[in-house]
Amino acid sequence: MAREQRIQLTVNGRTYEKTVPVRLSLADFIREHLNLTGTHLGCEHGVCGACTISLNGRSARSCLTLAVQADGAEIITIEGLRAEDGTRHPVQQAFHENFAVQCGFCTPGMLITTIELLQENPNPTEEEVREALSGNLCRCTGYVRYYAALREAILADPKLTR
Amino acid sequence: MKPAWFDYHAPKSLGEALTILADAGPDGRVLAGGQTLVPMLNFRVARPAVIVDINRIEELNRLHAAPDCLTVGALVRHADVLRNACVREGWPLLHEATAQVAHPAIRNRGTVCGSVSHNDPAAEHPSVLITLDGTVVIASSAGWRELPAEKFFTGMMATALEPGEMVVELRYPRPPAGTGTAFVEFARRLGDFALAGAATTLTMRDGMCEKARLTIVGMGEGPFRARDAEAVLTSRPLGRADAKNAFAEVAAKVVAAVDPADDVHASASYRRHLAGVLTVRALETALARAGGA
Repeated sequence: MAREQRIQLTVNGRTYEKTVPVRLSLADFIREHLNLTGTHLGCEHGVCGACTISLNGRSARSCLTLAVQADGAEIITIEGLRAEDGTRHPVQQAFHENFAVQCGFCTPGMLITTIELLQENPNPTEEEVREALSGNLCRCTGYVRYYAALREAILADPKLTR
Repeated sequence: MKPAWFDYHAPKSLGEALTILADAGPDGRVLAGGQTLVPMLNFRVARPAVIVDINRIEELNRLHAAPDCLTVGALVRHADVLRNACVREGWPLLHEATAQVAHPAIRNRGTVCGSVSHNDPAAEHPSVLITLDGTVVIASSAGWRELPAEKFFTGMMATALEPGEMVVELRYPRPPAGTGTAFVEFARRLGDFALAGAATTLTMRDGMCEKARLTIVGMGEGPFRARDAEAVLTSRPLGRADAKNAFAEVAAKVVAAVDPADDVHASASYRRHLAGVLTVRALETALARAGGA
């Protein structure tokens, strides 16, 4: 049985075909084989949420998925949130304007999770925001500023869920 | 790369998967959502020689609510259960418990059958399956068998699964009319493993409790079905004053019966205390939902 396998997948709209070891995580594949280092790796066992990406339209921990499992998948990472002309995604813009970032390590995972939340529930209560983001740890403990900013941004700009 | 080497198979049919599992014997592991297995691989707590990824087997992705029974296939994710209106309507205990499983991104990938197969003492699904008198459907290349939930769970992270076998689906009978259910748990942080929890169903008729089920989460070896406590409630009138006394009696029995362990998260005596408090909360909620006091 081969310990390497050929996979083909779409990341941020671009198709890649690569040969990968079967034990390689999707997170390591994205960072080291595609050089998309915006996806961060914290705990590598599913607790911190920094490596959260969008896998076939749903948020997923890229550290808990094998690269071979993503054969045929469509993935969006933090690098894929900007429009081609460089315009930030509305949620990214809201983070930016409301200083909802401290060191930035958790931010890629926070953004992917927030966008999924707003797609399903365009006007979440503070409790729903806290529940949805409970799996994304911020070691700067910037949560309060972050929740408040997000809430404000949602109320101010209904097109956030675009 | 953190995991040890393994042979990776991603079959497209159940028959193919069972053949690979049979050949692998005790060295084989099924990979579904991977939310428990992959961390175990990364820590090298698990070092299977063969991994059978079942994510491409469409026939296992079946969530079906029949008039008498809910079927949850091996690829059904927690998020699928949560979004299903039939589950919320007919099996509210399962819905309520699933909402408390981990975090959204974990629920998007992790499966109900995977949680049941792993049988972590702090997990929600094993207790729910017992409380709803559910059945585990097991397959191997030699054939299929069914086990009642209580016979399936055999101890700390242990089940009746033999090498070469896998859980293919869970069946939950529809609770009868007049049943109120509740799942409550306590965790230090939202989405963390629960320190303790309680799952209950109360079937009421004319103010009398016809049938009661109570399972405690997070105590010792795995789900703890509180049979003595259930017996206290069965055939008992549960009006406002009666219920208060009955529930206090039940909580006392639960506190005396559970055998939690001390660990870094909480002492045994604190867990025992929580078991009593959560029992009363669950019973009060279930009774109110059944239309009682």
